[in-house]
Amino acid sequence: MINDNLHYKGEPTNSLEVTDSPHLDRQKNEPFGQALRKNLFGNKKNTVLTVLTGLFTVFVLYQVVSFVLENSWDVVYIHLRLLMIGQYPLDELWRLWFGLYYASLMIGLTWGLWRGAGKAVAFTFGAVYLAFAAVPWTTLNTSLNLAACIGLIAGGYVLGGKIDRLKIPVLVLWGLYFPLTIGLIMGFGGLLDPVLSRYWGGWLLTVILASVAIIGCFPLGILLALGRRSSLPAVKYVCIAYIELVRGIPLIMVLFIGQLLIPLFLGGQTGLDNVTRAMIAYVFFAAAYLAEDVRGGLQSIPSGQFEAAQALGLNKVKTTFFIILPQALKAVIPAMVGLFITILKDTSLVAIIGLADFLGTARRISNNPEYLGRYLELYVFVAAFYFIFCYLMAYVSRYLERSLSKGSR
Amino acid sequence: MKNYSKYLLSAAALLTLTACAGGTDEAEGVDGDNAAATSGETLSAVLDRGELNAGVNDQLPGFGYVDSDGNYTGFDIDFAKAIAAGVLGDAEAVNYRPLSAQERFTAVQTGEVDVLLRNTTWTASRDTEVGLDFAPVTFYDGQGMMVGADSGVSSLEDLEGMIIGVETGTTTELNLADQMEALGVSYETQTFDDRDALIAAYESGSVDAWTTDRSGLVSAFAVLDDPDAHVILEDTLSKEPLAPAVLHGDDQWNDVVSWIVFALIQAEEFGITQDNVDDFLDSDDPDIRRLLGVEDDLGGYLGLESDFAYQAILQVGNYGEIYDRHLGPDTQFDLPRGMNALYQDGGLHYSMPFR
Repeated sequence: MINDNLHYKGEPTNSLEVTDSPHLDRQKNEPFGQALRKNLFGNKKNTVLTVLTGLFTVFVLYQVVSFVLENSWDVVYIHLRLLMIGQYPLDELWRLWFGLYYASLMIGLTWGLWRGAGKAVAFTFGAVYLAFAAVPWTTLNTSLNLAACIGLIAGGYVLGGKIDRLKIPVLVLWGLYFPLTIGLIMGFGGLLDPVLSRYWGGWLLTVILASVAIIGCFPLGILLALGRRSSLPAVKYVCIAYIELVRGIPLIMVLFIGQLLIPLFLGGQTGLDNVTRAMIAYVFFAAAYLAEDVRGGLQSIPSGQFEAAQALGLNKVKTTFFIILPQALKAVIPAMVGLFITILKDTSLVAIIGLADFLGTARRISNNPEYLGRYLELYVFVAAFYFIFCYLMAYVSRYLERSLSKGSR
Repeated sequence: MKNYSKYLLSAAALLTLTACAGGTDEAEGVDGDNAAATSGETLSAVLDRGELNAGVNDQLPGFGYVDSDGNYTGFDIDFAKAIAAGVLGDAEAVNYRPLSAQERFTAVQTGEVDVLLRNTTWTASRDTEVGLDFAPVTFYDGQGMMVGADSGVSSLEDLEGMIIGVETGTTTELNLADQMEALGVSYETQTFDDRDALIAAYESGSVDAWTTDRSGLVSAFAVLDDPDAHVILEDTLSKEPLAPAVLHGDDQWNDVVSWIVFALIQAEEFGITQDNVDDFLDSDDPDIRRLLGVEDDLGGYLGLESDFAYQAILQVGNYGEIYDRHLGPDTQFDLPRGMNALYQDGGLHYSMPFR
């Protein structure tokens, strides 16, 4: 598409009749091909631009395709297990499969019950499972497990579509998902064989770190945001000091503080392993940013809402939690999801404190003497994987935004 | 009045906060006894734990890396295994703690790792100010320089006016500056965040030469498109003796680590290998009998089992075997022993006598 003729809605345009396609300058009833020709080759300048960008696109596509085809990618598929779950013991693999089964069933049920963005999530997960299950070098065992996951998504969808009463149980099960799977992965504090966090790695560690940071920063961030608007000076200034202090130092610094200074001050006897210390650092860091996002939302609530709540006889706690916060959080969904995506990607910084997350594992593998210099395939794979899940998060956020703001349109 | 109560409340809140903070400190049970380790403490901690905490590198080809099955492996890793075999009788009783260059010393200082086996150069400041003690050198390295074979460069002086690539945040950059200043050679540096990028830049010709430890240069031959088109200069820019490090102050633990390293070197001197060590148990040579713990109880003096050296050799192999396994002719590095040969072969490795 040529930028020259790009007319977004709302911008002044020459043609008065902008039709359903916002990008193409197209008259009503004008055939698509004709409009295309007019837009792309309408005048000399456009023709030159079209040809040049066309050539460039072909060149890039050719390079990408030949890169994909020329490399054998064995370095990726040989290390797929390392990339996905790190050094998690093989005998305990069933715990991870259980977590994946659980998630698949829940995604299916959610899709069936609420429709909407559940479809995109279900299809993305299904497609990733299918891709991994279908490639020839996956072991039969893994393929069967992945096929079962796809089956669970489909089964959940059918079940959810038929039985509407499942909504409450599904929400409860979603709430239990994180504590249950984390407990299972760790071994429920000794109930099962404990799997120490030093054996977590790859995508598993990335997801755990990001989930803990996102889930943990949420209550803390909201409290900080409320605290910053508090009329009690001590609460207010402690919150301001915290938020500004944390936002004023780089994440790497926070990680170093968690990793190096805490054990130095507490004498190395804290009993906290390095993964836990990283989790704490991420939670505290993300909370400060979330607090500012939420504060933005709180400020956007017109004072009429407070007055109306007061007139109805609601006390301060009820006003905050039932009237103000829901509206404030809804208003800042895009900012919050932006933060969450950033957190997911920022977990790769744990490489500097010796943890092997998804990207760190790729770097480790590229330093195996047998695969020296094979980093490009690994990095491309890692980038693609990150992209799929970050984009999915953004997509779901856009959907939530749309569906939650239906009332105000 | 109303305002007053607000401030009172705030003060009360602050007091509670500080009280809480004080309370947790006590609850954590901080015993600040780790900073200055007392003799024997680490050994008994390791024996109680039944596991050796070893700080290692997980991204250095040949020395410390993770193989395709997810196991730590490499030259440095084998020394961790040997220490575990000597102390605990089980080479697999190691908790590997991958450390970044930035956090490695703190990990020793806080007692998070018992021994640091992470290609660490033995320097005066690390031995004193950083608070480490070093066991015998396991690998003598030195900084070298790689140039194109047809570049006409045969010594550091020939690099006048050229662009040299180095990795950021390493001592290599400082060594390079020192050497070139001493020689009066002007040059330009280009710094890179990682080795792969540096090698790619060198191959594409955007830097004329690049420098790192010789072992690193040699291992890069495995990556280069045309290895024959490149040479390593004879000149050495710095001494890089890589040695295991422990926390300063625990002499007994330092002795343990040191004599396990010596045992591996001594075993190579005697020709004792992983495969034939059992045959040497009936040896008549008193030196060998003492090393393997058949005679006397040198292990007992260290606080170990008398067969500590036997276990280390049996489970891991002698120094030469470790070297060959990870860096020798059968690996793609094919790194000549050079300074790392035994003293009788013109190298620097020399075990103090087991007596």
